Amino acid sequence: MAKVDLNNMEGVYFDVLREIGNIGAGNATTALAQMLGTKVDMHVPKVDLLDFSQVGEAMGGEEQVMAGIYLVVEGDISGSIMFLLEKSSAKALVARLMGSDNDNPEGDFDEMELSALKEIGNIITGSYLSSLSTLTNLNIFPSPPDISIDMCGAILSVPAIEFGTLGDKMLLIATEFTDDIKLEGYFILVPDLESYDKILTSLGM
Amino acid sequence: MSEMIKVGMADLKLCKAPDAVTTLGLGSCVGIAIRDPITKIGGLAHIMLPDSTQFANSGNINIPKFADTGAKELVKIIVAAGANRTRLVAKIAGGAQMFAFSSKNELTGVGQRNVEAVKKVLAELKIPILASDTGLNFGRTVEFYPETGDYIIKAVGKGVKTI
Repeated sequence: MAKVDLNNMEGVYFDVLREIGNIGAGNATTALAQMLGTKVDMHVPKVDLLDFSQVGEAMGGEEQVMAGIYLVVEGDISGSIMFLLEKSSAKALVARLMGSDNDNPEGDFDEMELSALKEIGNIITGSYLSSLSTLTNLNIFPSPPDISIDMCGAILSVPAIEFGTLGDKMLLIATEFTDDIKLEGYFILVPDLESYDKILTSLGM
Repeated sequence: MSEMIKVGMADLKLCKAPDAVTTLGLGSCVGIAIRDPITKIGGLAHIMLPDSTQFANSGNINIPKFADTGAKELVKIIVAAGANRTRLVAKIAGGAQMFAFSSKNELTGVGQRNVEAVKKVLAELKIPILASDTGLNFGRTVEFYPETGDYIIKAVGKGVKTI
């Protein structure tokens, strides 16, 4: 019998997943600060187990245009991880990293910017996963990142469908990073059910 | 006053003219719009996965989540509201592939599998598909008007089209 049932998540398991979310997001913030060469503050992440229908709204509406960076995870656990950032935040972050003026905050991303954004997502999710890996002693290998700039509902359908094979809810970790620009980022970690068990078992649960 | 009814992910709703029904940000999911053109009773389902049968032994099935169960349930509520079963027609949209990867992940290509599953169940139900806008790699917001049968599709940076 699996320990984790996403539709009936027991308090203690949820607390563990929340804590993993906190630590992972903390590491991701450090990585972001190193990349930008500045101090970045992070607010305590909000971890929620949401119904599919609520997720879009939790991120500012299903039609909000966002950048989603998505990686498949393999190794001792399998699943995927996604990092989402509101489009204007993504623009500002890329401009900052590339040292360019963010003179067209509403415009589309060019190839170079997309590639930089992919790399940002790669580093942020990578540091998140490495903290999970260190914590649990499990081997976790992410695939190269892929990116989509679209309505958040459409981007979210990808992890939602993966969660959909498990249950009717998804685990969303919302993190706010601040330096001189405020960034709201979201992590969605989608291990399969067996992997949830492995994570919890390796933590002695 | 006509109203815009909102359908969430893994959800379905009945809609009678002059009201309209919408679902926002369809990605790999498919929006199935069905109506009876005479009574102008219709509805919209936002399905996520192609097939409920592989989950049949995992307990309760969330009916609107799957193409097979969702389409059948939508037809059931439309007929129960007074539509003629034999006159029903459908339009479908969605089923995009949002990320390009080629990985071992079996869920890659789920958009296309959703579209195929929807076509199959509608064929079984003998409901003709009058128009569709599916596949490719972008999200769609849809609005369905049972009054006219118009299915309006909006995508980021691609304008608005009616099928």
